[in-house]
Amino acid sequence: MPQHPSSHSPVVGKSLSRRRILKAGLGASVAGFVLPRIASPAWAKDYPALGTFPAGTNGSSVFVGCLVPLTGPYSASGKDMQLGFQLAVEHLNDGSRVTEQIPTLKKGKGVLGKKIEFQVADAETKPDPAVQAATRYVRDNKAIMLTGAVSSAVAVALEELGQREHTIVMIGNSSSNDTTGKDCQRYGFRSQDSAYMASKALAPVLAKELGKNRKTAYLTPDYTFGHTIYASMKKFTEEQGWTTAIQQVAPLGTTDFSSYLLNIANSGADVFVNLAFGADAVASTKQAQQFGVLPMMKYVVPDISQFQAKELGAEIMGGAYGSQPWWWTEQDAYPLAKFFVEDFEKTNHYKPRWGASEAYLQMLVWADAVERAGTFYPIAVIKALESGQKVNSIYGEVYYRAGDHQMVRPVPVMVGKKPNEMKGPEDFYRVVDLVPGEQVLPPLNETGCHLQAYET
Amino acid sequence: MPTLPQFLSQAFNGVALGSLLALISCGLTIILGTLGVLNFAHGAMFMVGAYVAFVVLAAFHSFAAALVLGALTLLVFGFALERGLIRLYYDRPHEDQILVTFGLAIMMIEAVHYAFGGESQRVPVPPWGRGIVHLHFFVYPLYRVEAIGLAAVILLAFYLLLYRTRIGLVVRAGIEDPLMVQLLGTNVRRAFMVVFSIGCMAAGIAGVIYAPLAAVIPNMGEQFLVQCFVVVVIGGLGSFPGAIVGGLVVGQILSLTTLFNPAYAQAAIYAVMTLVLIIRPRGLFGTMGRA
Repeated sequence: MPQHPSSHSPVVGKSLSRRRILKAGLGASVAGFVLPRIASPAWAKDYPALGTFPAGTNGSSVFVGCLVPLTGPYSASGKDMQLGFQLAVEHLNDGSRVTEQIPTLKKGKGVLGKKIEFQVADAETKPDPAVQAATRYVRDNKAIMLTGAVSSAVAVALEELGQREHTIVMIGNSSSNDTTGKDCQRYGFRSQDSAYMASKALAPVLAKELGKNRKTAYLTPDYTFGHTIYASMKKFTEEQGWTTAIQQVAPLGTTDFSSYLLNIANSGADVFVNLAFGADAVASTKQAQQFGVLPMMKYVVPDISQFQAKELGAEIMGGAYGSQPWWWTEQDAYPLAKFFVEDFEKTNHYKPRWGASEAYLQMLVWADAVERAGTFYPIAVIKALESGQKVNSIYGEVYYRAGDHQMVRPVPVMVGKKPNEMKGPEDFYRVVDLVPGEQVLPPLNETGCHLQAYET
Repeated sequence: MPTLPQFLSQAFNGVALGSLLALISCGLTIILGTLGVLNFAHGAMFMVGAYVAFVVLAAFHSFAAALVLGALTLLVFGFALERGLIRLYYDRPHEDQILVTFGLAIMMIEAVHYAFGGESQRVPVPPWGRGIVHLHFFVYPLYRVEAIGLAAVILLAFYLLLYRTRIGLVVRAGIEDPLMVQLLGTNVRRAFMVVFSIGCMAAGIAGVIYAPLAAVIPNMGEQFLVQCFVVVVIGGLGSFPGAIVGGLVVGQILSLTTLFNPAYAQAAIYAVMTLVLIIRPRGLFGTMGRA
């Protein structure tokens, strides 16, 4: 089926569909009555109008538009992100143990005294619906910030839109190198570690654990994410003395991988590197096991999907090496992560995955930057994000690199636990290493990123 | 160039893939051929079959029970749907039929999404299907080999029903000239109701058989629906044998193309479809008659 006409149009305004669009906790209406109306503050006059500024900041609340896939192969990730946004907005508007630890957000009364209102639209794992919904958020809701993604194709499209509309886009989930590489934008920021970073962190661990002379077979989803992560994995594993036996490129949303897997089984490889994501990762892994590719070959998943181990079982994912931007046991390393996990679990009854953590992180680092800028004026906020100022977060201290807007943050390398190693129903991975972001960042001149001027 | 063993293994995989595609497509083509209704909810019905398999297997651990209940659920669902909705659309334009079944698909997908969430559900391969078979040149999952047999048996059953029974006779006569059949005192509408239910049941059965192979998610029917349309167009709109041959052809194309360049596998089926449409506009087995 090509596309759902209904889910194309995230309903904006009064006729909100219950599931696609989620209104944030208190939101503007309540705040508007409760809080005393403040006369137009001085800063609004200091900056010229740009994008949705100051139109989007005139009320007692500001609007944030979230674009996540609630349908399509990445919908499980999208749901996780949605819940992360929800918790972040609650924490920012009402205060929490996390925001108390961040000096700029201590007050716990929204951002610059304005409550955050947000909506979530279904991006369907496709760029077009995401851009349509985001455009509505900018035009009708005067969104002061856009956030979300999962598919890098969506992330890149949203960043382009942000640039055009002069609206800041905070990308959570997106792993393609292009997001902060050749497709980078002055108005776009990405927090997930890039494919390059994940691969560079992962490769030495693979060489140490699986040996030096390995032959790899790749299953690659056919879009920006797949191609860049393949290039990065190939580069860094070959630097470790590995060779590449075969690559199989499959379209996003493939349901039957049998013909690709047969070629992989016949390739003579001894490591299977699966770059498929979401439901595609589940289907391909399941089928790889049925074809005997697993456990005949060692299994490597450089960008582990949020619920992959739960969906497949520890019997299959146990022993698999890989990386994902965050795993909840990192709460042992970062105090703020512990509060985040506890609060999230209390509301949603499961351990947050990295969809939720990236979403949560987006809101907080953006709010911190706005507070530091002292205004919502986009260029001032961009400059605050680019300043290199470290923010205490659920990932420890993080900041953005000014040259390409890639977040410098730890990259976790992990291995799947076998059923008998698990200490709880959601204890699927052991974090082998938390590699500091600085060590694995690509040199700026290799990213292909050329940021535009602020006003263009 | 691929070696002979590689070629043979992909050709075999093409048969396996093709028989499953034929199974999914046959329900679509039966409904299209007899009722003239293009059922866009077919993929969603396939998905419901897979979810029934998930629920039944979790509860009873019996694949046979899953197959029977999957078939029954969709049979009853199809029956209710035909009575309550589809029959009102027989005399309306194709666009209306497409819109109503398309809308139905969205509602079904969203309902399942609401009930089960977007994560994929675990459907284990039945115990008798676990393991791999050594087929001289290559290894192949046992369950997929068995699925070929299962699909063949079910397709044969549908064939006998349509071509060797009285109801099948009425149905086929109804396609040719519904007015004359009614004048002869036969209730064509009732036969149509049966056909629609059976078409839905076929989708459900396919869903059950496919569940252990795929990621069981609410949208799982989407890609299949698109491929089924290609199968039906290549085979000939509404032709039952056409669906089988079309399925096998598409399976071979998908499989053999990956020997040369896997990225072109999906594109290749559309290229072949275009070619077939140029040479035989009604598809391989399409005949004159109902458009």
